[in-house]
This record gives sequence, structure tokens and C-alpha cells, in this order.
Amino acid sequence: MPPAASASSGPADTDQAATPNIPQCTPSNTPKHDASDKRWRPVEAAMRRNGYRPGGLIEALHAVQRSYGYIDDASMRALGATMQLPLSKIYGVVTFYHFFHLKPKGRHTCVVCLGTACYIKGADRLLQAISREQQMQPGETSADGRLSLLTARCVGSCGQAPAVVIDDLVQGQAEGSAINRQLARLNGREEERPAATATKGPPAAGEART
Amino acid sequence: MSGGRVITLQIDGRDCGAREEQTILEVARENGIYIPTLCHLNGLHPVGGCRICLVEIAGAPRPLPACVTHPVEGMQVTTDNPELRRQRRLILELMLAEGNHICAVCVVNGHCELQELALQLGVDHLEVPALYPSREVDASHPRFGLDRNRCVLCTRCVRVCGEIEGAHTWDVMGRGLQAMVISDLNQPWGEAESCTGCGKCVQVCPTGALFEKGKSAGEMVKRHLHLPLLTAMRREEEAGE
Ligand code: SF4
Ligand code: SF4
Ligand code: FES
Ligand code: FES
Repeated sequence: MPPAASASSGPADTDQAATPNIPQCTPSNTPKHDASDKRWRPVEAAMRRNGYRPGGLIEALHAVQRSYGYIDDASMRALGATMQLPLSKIYGVVTFYHFFHLKPKGRHTCVVCLGTACYIKGADRLLQAISREQQMQPGETSADGRLSLLTARCVGSCGQAPAVVIDDLVQGQAEGSAINRQLARLNGREEERPAATATKGPPAAGEART
Repeated sequence: MSGGRVITLQIDGRDCGAREEQTILEVARENGIYIPTLCHLNGLHPVGGCRICLVEIAGAPRPLPACVTHPVEGMQVTTDNPELRRQRRLILELMLAEGNHICAVCVVNGHCELQELALQLGVDHLEVPALYPSREVDASHPRFGLDRNRCVLCTRCVRVCGEIEGAHTWDVMGRGLQAMVISDLNQPWGEAESCTGCGKCVQVCPTGALFEKGKSAGEMVKRHLHLPLLTAMRREEEAGE
């Protein structure tokens, strides 16, 4: 499926008119999140495991992200209605943790660590250099869905600070120019094998990638 | 109200009786001893967020927030000395430097808790560089507005809306310098389904961040809400049913 088409039909679809009566939502009749959607089942299971109690929120959010690759408004509304949690609280939790994403991630990710050790070793300048070269702000995904530029608070490789994680691989003592070259190479490899990546647009990407 | 063991402690050299579930702030106030506060508000759960109420406790390695610290038998508390004042001043300066607090054009100029604290603590200039962030203003609600430039993230609005009104429209998103108050799913306040328009958040906000529309500089005086009374009346109603 071409990414352009999936952008409007994926879970990101938050048609206001389709969610009028939130209070009446039962565990599995919320729009886009019903029994017919196989991807919602693990989320439902995660909530059930915790007796639909608010304390199970984080586990449920993990399940959503595992199923869809990111956490959209409709999912948060469904969780809120089922677990009886305020929307703003869910949004607060999702945005507090760097691990959760509100938008689909790119096919490749570049995570710049801004933890204390990395910060002392110039992670802010590193991030600037990458952000400038890639022409994207931290947290953004390129328009072609190729790359997401993310940040994290300590990725557990403080000894190699500053650390950058490209597609789950830690790069220690990272330098702006070297990282940018590597990101350019990722781009080049993709262009050589367009067929392999064309099928990876969301929402299928969610299942394939995470 | 009763229950809890009775304790004696010393605040500023004065002997005070207290129940163990009370906070140092409550005991101090009962005894007419003033401790400055910002995020604390009678009737809301204390969160110990702003640290303006720091006090020294003999034997403790660092100052502790009076609004969330409980008394212990024989405790010796100091609520005021040059070092505490220096720390409170610095905390306030950091708060002021983080937002945009231009009092002259603010709706609550002259009636602002933040401004009052700055006067009290003698903050007449900033020793830390101001950040001058550009933060969003939300004017989508028909009667109220939110200017995040004046928000100090005390979470009084979050708590009054959740604990007293029961709507929980507000919460804080993100962390660090990016943290900000949001309504529902970070949507315009006027479109937040959960808001009942009761206005409690506006009245408890210590600054001009939440305000009534149609007021110009210095015109907004916050109505003092008797939150403990609201809670007590609701309990009464529930018991009567
Ligand atoms: S007006 Fe009332 S319901 Fe609406 S956000 Fe403020 S406290 Fe909550
Ligand atoms: S809007 Fe006002 S009450 Fe709410 S967190 Fe900011 S300063 Fe506090
Ligand atoms: S601070 Fe960057 S890996 Fe720990
Ligand atoms: S008043 Fe105690 S921490 Fe804010």
C-alpha cells in the first residue's frame, strides 16, 4: 500500500463526527477499535489483564504502539473510555515517555541521546548538526516517511558518549559529519531496492517494525 | 477531625502540637507562622512542585518542602533565615526566567501571587538569563483564555479540575522546558469535551495564565474559592443520599 493512501486510512483517522458519544463506549465498540480489527485485540487483552484498571495504562499503551507503530488520538480515546481515564492524563503519559510516538515512525530511526553524559559531550551540538543536514526538527519524520529524528534520555551507553542509535544500533563517540554520511548511505541503499521498502508503509509497517 | 498520634515539635523555636498526618505547613499556619507557598492551595492535594515553601529541619541534609513534609516528634524546623531566603529567591528567579512575565501588560497585574512573592522575596531583577520562550496562547474558549507564557506549571488548574470539578480537562504534557498544560488531547480548550466551563481553574491560577476574557491589564481579580468547603459539602450530599 502506498504511504500516501495509508495516511488517511490508518489509525490516524480521527474523524470528529465518528466519535460523538464517548461515555457509551464499551470495551470493544469504539470506532476503528472493535473486534473486527485484529490489531486491537492485544490492546484489549492488555487492558483485561489489568482488570481495565487505570494502573494498566502503560501496558495498554505499549500494546497500542506494538500493534499500530504509534499512538493516535482514536486509540487514546478508546483507552480513556474503556479504562475510565481522562484524555489529558493519557496524553500527558504518552508525551512524558520518549518511547511512545504520536505519529507513525519513519522506516529508519536516528535517536540522539540527550542524557547527562552525552549532553556533557556535546549532544546538543551533535543534534543541531544532524537536524540541520537532514532538514528536520527532533521528533519529526521526513515527508517521504524515510527517517525519523528522535531524542532520548540516556540509552544506556554513557561510556561511549555522545551516543546515537541508528536503527537499533548504537554508535558511540558520534560525530555529526559521520552520522550524516551514514544517514545518507541508508538513503542510498533504499533507492537501490525500492521494491523491498515500498510494501513497508504504515499501517502494515507497525506490525513489521515493532 | 481527629485521629493520628499527637506530636510536639519546634518551629522557629516555638513549641507546637501537631497530629502526625498533618504537614509542617499546616502546623505552622495553625500557629500563625508564615511560610511562603505557590503550588499549594488549601483543599487540593499538595504536590510539592514549586519548592517555594522550603524549610530547614535540624539534622536533615537539605531543605525540605513544608507542604508535603510531615512532623516527627522533637523535630526542629526553621522557616526563615538568609540561606532559605536566598534559595527561595533563586527558585522564583528561575521560574520568572523560564516564562515571559511582563507584569505591566498582564491581566492580573497587582493581584498576582507570583508578583506578590517576587516583591516579598526582593526579586527586583534576574541574575539568571531569561529564556524568552515563545509559547502558545489558547483563546478558543468562549469565556476564558490561557496564556502559557505566564504559566509556572504549579498544576493548581489540573488538580482543581480533576479533584473538585471532576472533569480533569487539564494535565501536563512533555517534560523539562517543553512541559506545558494541555486540555484533553492537546486540543483547543474551547473544543475540549470534558470542560464544563465552571471557571474554577481560572480562579485558582496564581498568575495571569488563566484569565477571564474581556479584562485588560490589571483588571482581573481572582475570586477566592473555598475549596475545602466545596469538598465538605459534596461529602455531605453523598452521605445524605
Ligand atoms: S472551566 Fe472548570 S471544567 Fe473547564 S477546565 Fe476549568 S476547572 Fe475544568
Ligand atoms: S495555568 Fe495557572 S494554575 Fe495552571 S499550571 Fe499554569 S500557573 Fe498553574
Ligand atoms: S547519557 Fe547518553 S547514553 Fe547515557
Ligand atoms: S508550596 Fe510547597 S512545594 Fe509548592
